[in-house]
Amino acid sequence: MSESTPLLSVRHLSTFFELSGNVKAYALEDVSFDVYPYQTLGLVGESGCGKSTTLMSILRLLPPNAHISGQVLFKGVDLLALSEEEMRAYRWKEIALIFQSAMNALNPVMRVDEQILEAILLHRLLPREQAWQRVQELLDLVGIAPQRGRQYPFQFSGGMRQRAMIAMALACSPSLLFADEPTTALDVMIQAQVLELLKNIQKRLGLAIVLVTHDLGVVAELCDQVVVLYGGKVAEYGSVDAIYNSPQHPYTQKLLEAFPDLHRPTASLASIPGTPPRLTDLPSGCRFEPRCFARLERCRHEPPALREVGEKHYAACHLLEEKENLLE
Amino acid sequence: MGSGNYLLRKFAFALLTIFVVVIINFVLFRILPGDPVRAVIGRNVKISAEVQQSLREQFGLDKPVFPDQFLMTIRQWASGNLGVSWSLRRPVAEILISKLWNTLLLIGLGQILSIFFGVLLGLLAGWKRKTALDAGALTFSLIAWATPTFWLGIILLAAGSTWLGLPTGGILSPQNVGKPLHTVLPDLAVHLILPTLTLTILYLGEYMLIMRSSIVETLGEDYILTAKAKGLNQWQILWRHALKNAMLPIVTIIALNLGFTVSGAIYIETVFSYDGLGKLFQTALTKQDYPLLQGAFLLLAVSVILANMLADILYTILDPRVKAS
Ligand SMILES: Nc1ncnc2c1ncn2[C@@H]1O[C@H](COP(=O)(O)OP(=O)(O)O)[C@@H](O)[C@H]1O
Ligand code: SF4
Ligand SMILES: [Mg+2]
Repeated sequence: MSESTPLLSVRHLSTFFELSGNVKAYALEDVSFDVYPYQTLGLVGESGCGKSTTLMSILRLLPPNAHISGQVLFKGVDLLALSEEEMRAYRWKEIALIFQSAMNALNPVMRVDEQILEAILLHRLLPREQAWQRVQELLDLVGIAPQRGRQYPFQFSGGMRQRAMIAMALACSPSLLFADEPTTALDVMIQAQVLELLKNIQKRLGLAIVLVTHDLGVVAELCDQVVVLYGGKVAEYGSVDAIYNSPQHPYTQKLLEAFPDLHRPTASLASIPGTPPRLTDLPSGCRFEPRCFARLERCRHEPPALREVGEKHYAACHLLEEKENLLE
Repeated sequence: MGSGNYLLRKFAFALLTIFVVVIINFVLFRILPGDPVRAVIGRNVKISAEVQQSLREQFGLDKPVFPDQFLMTIRQWASGNLGVSWSLRRPVAEILISKLWNTLLLIGLGQILSIFFGVLLGLLAGWKRKTALDAGALTFSLIAWATPTFWLGIILLAAGSTWLGLPTGGILSPQNVGKPLHTVLPDLAVHLILPTLTLTILYLGEYMLIMRSSIVETLGEDYILTAKAKGLNQWQILWRHALKNAMLPIVTIIALNLGFTVSGAIYIETVFSYDGLGKLFQTALTKQDYPLLQGAFLLLAVSVILANMLADILYTILDPRVKAS
C-alpha cells in the first residue's frame, strides 16, 4: 500500500446513544478523517466531545444502545458493513487498542503472559510453542523482564501495566493502533517513558496510530495530523503544522492560547470558559456558539459546514466563509 | 507475603474463635435454670440427699465452676466426649454423628442442585439481561428466595404425595429400615425427592440473584471490553474472562452457606419427618436435653467457623490478589 492511500478512511461517521424515555444523545455527527500508513493522527478535544466514541464506533465495541452510521473504510473494506463474525477477524489482528487505565483493562485473575498469548492463539498466527516465544519477545520489546509475565496485573506498577498492554496490543502485529489517552492515568515521569516507547515502536514496526489525548504538547511531539473535535463534530482537521501555525477555528485558537508552550506538556485544556453542549439538547446552529468570542448572528441558527482552508486543512466556521467573501 | 502465611493466620483465627465459642457454650449452660441431677433422674423420682450428693460428686458438680469444672469439660470435649444425652441416654457425640450423615446427604444434595441450577440461571439471566428469560428467572428467584421453608415444604408435600404418590416423610419405608444402605437405594431416592426439591428451590433463588448481579457487574468491566477488542466471541469472553471473576462472590456464599447446613436442616427435617440433625435438635429443645443441646450448639458454631475458613481458602486459590494483600 502506498503512503498516499489512506489505511483508514472515516466518512460521515455519526453515532447516537438511545437513552431511556426515547431520548437520544448525539455523540458523533458527520465525522470524517483519514489515517495514513506509518503516520499518527491526534484526536483532541475536551472530555466528553466524542473521542473514545469515535474509536469504539470504528471497532464496533459500543453497547447495544449505540447506533452507528456512515462508512469506516479500512484497507478499502467498510467495517460497518461487515457481519459481527467478520468484524472479529479485524479486531486486534488489524486494529489494536490501548485504554486509558490499564489497571482495569487487564483481567485481574489471569497471568499477564497468558493474556498476551491468548490474542496470538485466537487469531491463529503461530503454533503454541512459537507463540510463547513471541510473548517473551514482546515483553522484552516493551521493557518488561519476560519472567515477570508470569505475574498477575496487580503485581505490576501502573507504568508496567500500560507497557504490558502495549505488548499485548502488538501481539498480532496490527497495522493500526488506537491509543485512548494511554498516559492520562500515569504520573508525569512514567507518561514520558510510555510515550517514548510508543514513538520507538511506531518507528520500528511502522504502525499507524490514532492517539486520543488532552495534551496538545503530546500532539505536537507525536502526531502528523490532528482532528479537533467539539461536541461530537469536527471543528478543525489538518496537519500538525497547519493547526499549530494557522489555526482557523475559534475553538482551536482558544485551545492553543490556553496552551502557549509546546514544550511544557502539563497545562490542560480546561481553561476555556463555558461548558460543552448537552448531547441530548444540541444548539441548532454552531455547537460552539454559546462559548464563541467571535460569533455572528447566523451562528445561532445555521450549523457551519466543514470547508477547505488550505491544503488538506479543513475547519467548520462561518467566519471563514465571511472572510472568503470579503476577499472576493 | 506468601499464601501459606495468610492461611496460617486464618487457621489460627478459626481456632481462637472455636475457643471463644467453647467458653460461651460452657457458661451458657451453667447459667440456665434447672438442676442437672434432677434432670438425669427424672422430676418425680424421690431420692435421698446422700444419693444426690454422691451423684453430684460423680458428675464433678461439687467442685468450683472455675477452674475445676471448666477444665474438666474442656478436657472431655477435646477428647470427643460431649457428655450423655438426658433424654436418649446415649453419648451425645455418637448421636450427633449418626444423624449427621442423613443431614449431609439431604442438604448436600439440595446444595449441589441449587448451586448448579442457580449459577446457571443467574449466568444466563445476567448475560441476556433485560430479556424475557432474565425477567422470568428474576421473578422466580425473588419469589423462591422469599418463600418460607415450612410453607413450600408443606405445599410440595401435599402435592407430591397426592398426585405423584411420593412418600410423605422419613428416609426409608418401614420395611427397609435397618437393611444395608446400598440394597435400598431406590427407596431412599424416592424419599429424598420432595425434601431435596424443596431445598433446591429455596436455595436456588439466592444463588441465582447473586450470580446474576455478579455477572452483570463483571461484564461491565474494562477487561471484558479488552477481551472483545481482542476479537473473542461472546462465549469465549464469558468462559475465559467473565466466569472466573464472576464466580468469586458465589464461592464465598457457597462456603458460608455450608456452615448453615445444620441449622438450615431444622425446618425441612421437621416438615418431612426426616431423621437428621435438625429433627434431633428440635427434640433436644422440646425435652430440654441440655447436654444434647450443648453438643448441637458446638456443632453449629464449629461448622460455621470451618465454613468461613473454607471460604477463605477457596478465595485464596481462585483470586491471586488475596495472597498478596
Ligand atoms: N454508552 C453510552 N450511553 C450513553 N451515552 C454515552 C455512552 N458512551 C458515551 N456516551 C456519551 O457520549 C459522549 C462522548 O463520550 P466519549 O466518547 O467517551 O468522550 P471523550 O472520550 O471525548 O471524553 C459523552 O457525552 C458521553 O456521556
Ligand atoms: S461558526 Fe460562529 S459560533 Fe461557531 S465557531 Fe465560527 S464564529 Fe464561532
Ligand atoms: Mg474518552
